[in-house]
Amino acid sequence: MELVLVILIDGLVYGLLLFMLSSGLTLIFSMMGVLNFAHASFYMLGAYFAYQISRYMGFWPGLILAPIIVGLAGAAIERFGLRKVHQYGHVPELIFTFGLALLIEEIVQFFWGKNQVPYDAPEVLQFALFSIGTNEIQAYKVFMIAISVLIFLCLLYVLTKTRVGMIIQAALSYPRTVEALGHNVPFIFMGVFGVGTALAGLAGVIAGPQLGTFPGMAFLLGSIVFVTIVIGGLGSLWGALVASLLIGWMTTFAASYNIAMADILMAVGFEMPEDMSEHALRDIWSLTLPQIGPILPYLLMVVILVFRPYGLFGKRDA
Amino acid sequence: MIKKTKFGVATALAVSLGASVAFADTVKIAFVDPLSGPFSPTGTNGYAEFQYAAEKLVNDQGGVLEGDMFEIVGFDNKMSPKESLIQVQVAIDQGIRYIAQGNSSGIAHAITDAVNKHNRRNPDDRVLFLNYAAVDPALTNDACNFWHFRFDANADIKMDALTDVMAKDEDLKKVYVIGQDYSFGKSVAAAAVRNLGEKRADVEIVGNELHPIGKVKDFTPYARKIVSSGADAVITGNWGADMVGLGKAIIDAGFDGPIYTYYAASNGITRTFGEQGTGHIYLVSEGAVNPPASDRTAAYVEGFEAKYPDHDITQPRIANTIEMLAKAINEAGTATDVVKVAQALEGMEHDSIWGGKLFMRPDDHQIIQNVDIQEHTSEGLQFYMDASEWGMKLVSEVEMAGMDSPTTCKMKRP
Repeated sequence: MELVLVILIDGLVYGLLLFMLSSGLTLIFSMMGVLNFAHASFYMLGAYFAYQISRYMGFWPGLILAPIIVGLAGAAIERFGLRKVHQYGHVPELIFTFGLALLIEEIVQFFWGKNQVPYDAPEVLQFALFSIGTNEIQAYKVFMIAISVLIFLCLLYVLTKTRVGMIIQAALSYPRTVEALGHNVPFIFMGVFGVGTALAGLAGVIAGPQLGTFPGMAFLLGSIVFVTIVIGGLGSLWGALVASLLIGWMTTFAASYNIAMADILMAVGFEMPEDMSEHALRDIWSLTLPQIGPILPYLLMVVILVFRPYGLFGKRDA
Repeated sequence: MIKKTKFGVATALAVSLGASVAFADTVKIAFVDPLSGPFSPTGTNGYAEFQYAAEKLVNDQGGVLEGDMFEIVGFDNKMSPKESLIQVQVAIDQGIRYIAQGNSSGIAHAITDAVNKHNRRNPDDRVLFLNYAAVDPALTNDACNFWHFRFDANADIKMDALTDVMAKDEDLKKVYVIGQDYSFGKSVAAAAVRNLGEKRADVEIVGNELHPIGKVKDFTPYARKIVSSGADAVITGNWGADMVGLGKAIIDAGFDGPIYTYYAASNGITRTFGEQGTGHIYLVSEGAVNPPASDRTAAYVEGFEAKYPDHDITQPRIANTIEMLAKAINEAGTATDVVKVAQALEGMEHDSIWGGKLFMRPDDHQIIQNVDIQEHTSEGLQFYMDASEWGMKLVSEVEMAGMDSPTTCKMKRP
């Protein structure tokens, strides 16, 4: 029972982290109509920038500065790259972001090398805040939860309660009409792209010390972020939140319990073959839940696409 | 006129002498390992160690035979077995007779197989395979052959040594074994369970699991299981980002016992663990440099750190490989007849630059050497890793580890 509570907290940390990545991506997607393959690369840039800043000024300036730098870089890339490619259609845009992801990875390796860099949580947060049973919960994890929740509330407020949010939402659905009303739609797009990448950068800043800062970190998280927004429904902030938490808890629970397929099969009445080494289905018999945990989100995505193609909270087809 | 002739003869003599010096053969060693791509930090580090060893231990001492110099030629295998075989063939076509490789036992299997076939088909230009790091036990057991020599302790020998040390800890009651889900991770787990069962039947294996290799984003749930299991110690064969991620998560979760590893040092890992790793991270390896065995050891490491500030001596056995090869070539009196060189290597005893003895077991071409357990620390160090304040310090040493370990090797000799 104690373990369940611990896992709930760990899953929450991971889920909220996913949310910070997917919230930006889902907004950008509904705006451009194209997946931004480089989104996780901005997450990586955030971690590396914060690491670089932390070496000279400590963790806290990095927390503020790194996402701003990443956001400005993102806005610049939208303004001078994507916007130019946009007129040629979706496929060139897709290829552009794909190339960008590869480019950013090479750049990161060029400047910081291929090894993991020692980017750590600030010392004031390096202690166990409390423990449940024998498991300690680090203060930094609670800090991660707080930051993520704060970001969600801010986003929700801006998008639903302010004039800026209303214009953004309108521009996402009816860009021509909004333009006709005198708003600068390209500028809004650039802003959304910048804020979206800044959020990814912020996710990198706070996840770097927890999940490791190395050139493969973008690739590792890249695919799962897309899964999140597809499950949650494209363009939906609530969808991104629910799907992120769902995936966070699902993968954490799956990795935590060593439920073997053999137990399940025997419980439903199959008999354990005596000589496993020669059995045709031995791979299925020897499976355990932690082994299939990483593919569960993808499985869920397929199920969602089949039964609810527009996602949990989406309003239109994917 | 006479004078002129004399002068001419002298000139001719001088020229021919000069020519013979210039044509003094170089003994080329092909270094076939990843020099680009994600695994290149390990590859380039090994390349630097080989070059330094060849220069310091052979060329600066006057070379082998009549002044033949060692030359290390790098071949990038991109961590792919297929590419490795191409590169080995290129090396052989260039007349290179010594192939050194270490990263990945899968590639070592491919190379040892290819070298065996090549030597059977081409008795006139045979080559030797110097395996300096691929630790799959099979390479010196069922898959052994006369042309393969392993200079690293294999995974079973390392685990044997590690469990010898662990078994002495009376307080040890529960052990958790975790590793990457592939052949090496599985063989580490199997060896750990087998050895602990033999040496300390009272120790309970509270967990034995594999996680997907290179795919786990967050190791926290694994760490929670380990802490909840009440384990006193963890054994893992993880490397790279999987090693750092797992180690940090375990320590963060409040685990306060030792984590015994095969590869948790250097290549950014030591620096990343930093203060957190102190008292937790242990490494089973050979050739501990803290404290250095002798002044010669210290001078060798200092020279390396000065020449390659971005690298560390991560694989001390590379120096052993080069020294023993040079010795074998000198004993055989030839660098081109590799059968004679191999025969000289078989059963060779040598004093390692790292202290202790080396013995190339003739039955299976597995080197027998002292295996060290080292701890991650910042205190009492003469040499540091990753240009950080941390390094590895010797805790205990198993002399001539695995000397009587069994082998199933039945090699055909030429």
